[in-house]
Amino acid sequence: MDSALSGSPAAPGGPDRVGYLPDRDQTLMKLVVAGPFGVGKTTLIRTLSEIPTLHTEEAMTETGAPVDDVAGLTGKSTTTVAVDFGRLTLPGQVVLYMFGTPGQRRFFPLWQDIARGAVGALVLADTRRLADSFEIMDMVEEQGLPYAVAVNCFPDAPVHPPDVLRAHLDLHASTPLVLCDARERDSGLDALIALTEHVLHGLPAGTDPAGSDPAGTDPDASDPAGPDPAGSDPAVPDPAPEQP
Amino acid sequence: MTAVPRRRMVPAYLATGGRSRPGTAGFDRLTVLSASGTEPPPELAELGAEHGRLWDLLRPGALTVVEAAAHLRLPVSATVFLAADLVEAGCLRARAPIPRAQQTDRSIVERLLVGLRTLR
Repeated sequence: MDSALSGSPAAPGGPDRVGYLPDRDQTLMKLVVAGPFGVGKTTLIRTLSEIPTLHTEEAMTETGAPVDDVAGLTGKSTTTVAVDFGRLTLPGQVVLYMFGTPGQRRFFPLWQDIARGAVGALVLADTRRLADSFEIMDMVEEQGLPYAVAVNCFPDAPVHPPDVLRAHLDLHASTPLVLCDARERDSGLDALIALTEHVLHGLPAGTDPAGSDPAGTDPDASDPAGPDPAGSDPAVPDPAPEQP
Repeated sequence: MTAVPRRRMVPAYLATGGRSRPGTAGFDRLTVLSASGTEPPPELAELGAEHGRLWDLLRPGALTVVEAAAHLRLPVSATVFLAADLVEAGCLRARAPIPRAQQTDRSIVERLLVGLRTLR
């Protein structure tokens, strides 16, 4: 197991710098924000987080190909990867944690560990290198986590119509695809909303498996308890044809 | 050794007193930790400064395991060890991310969606 990190001054010393949780009866959930290196995961998390983004250093033993050159250091290949995360408190006693996870297959065990119990995954993609997101999409699917794809619209990246992007990414018809700007809060929120709607669609209506209510799939699952009817945001590049 | 080292002098596995530990199973990245008001007993102080650092961090308020780990610059796994010790000693409280009363996945995700839409 490896230890800590470089950077910024240490120690929690000043408690004012620590964003404590306001009270103890909240419901905490997490989403993973996944994607290849440099696609904007940390930017998105920073944009939405109410606390300065934090990170943990996670040690892992390489399971995949030895990508790092360990000249002279045969036999041992433990690497450390930083996992960024942020926090967003929502009305209704809900606190959402967003974890940025590395997109390479060699980090699969770490990815699984972080994704366990997550509501869903937001996979980020860049139109200049869409294929770089394939690996993480495979991992998300293997994990059985519902996901949405958010194309982070870099200013200098080529713009393609959503159906072209969907085809390139080989997305299932029900998987939402949104265009977003990771630097803009509302845009990031729209991406999370699209993902959350998608997750909700995939959950059985009525009670949970444990509750044993067979309740036929409710056609209007999108906003059962929600006071806000219809996402109603013209700015959202419509997620996906969810409805038949 | 409070001199703000750039890199930890004490390896993380020693921060836990060099032990592996049973009883950490219920802990998760999002387990909420808060101080109970009971000071850590001397036995824990003897194990090293790390228990005290965690307890100090949590004295003013609650944090999740992963946040505590980030602030203390410890791996999540080591933080869980420390927290488990302190919970056992009655110095910390730990609670699950989702309070028991809220059963269904669906109701939880609905609350998330409502919350996100409200912010928008």
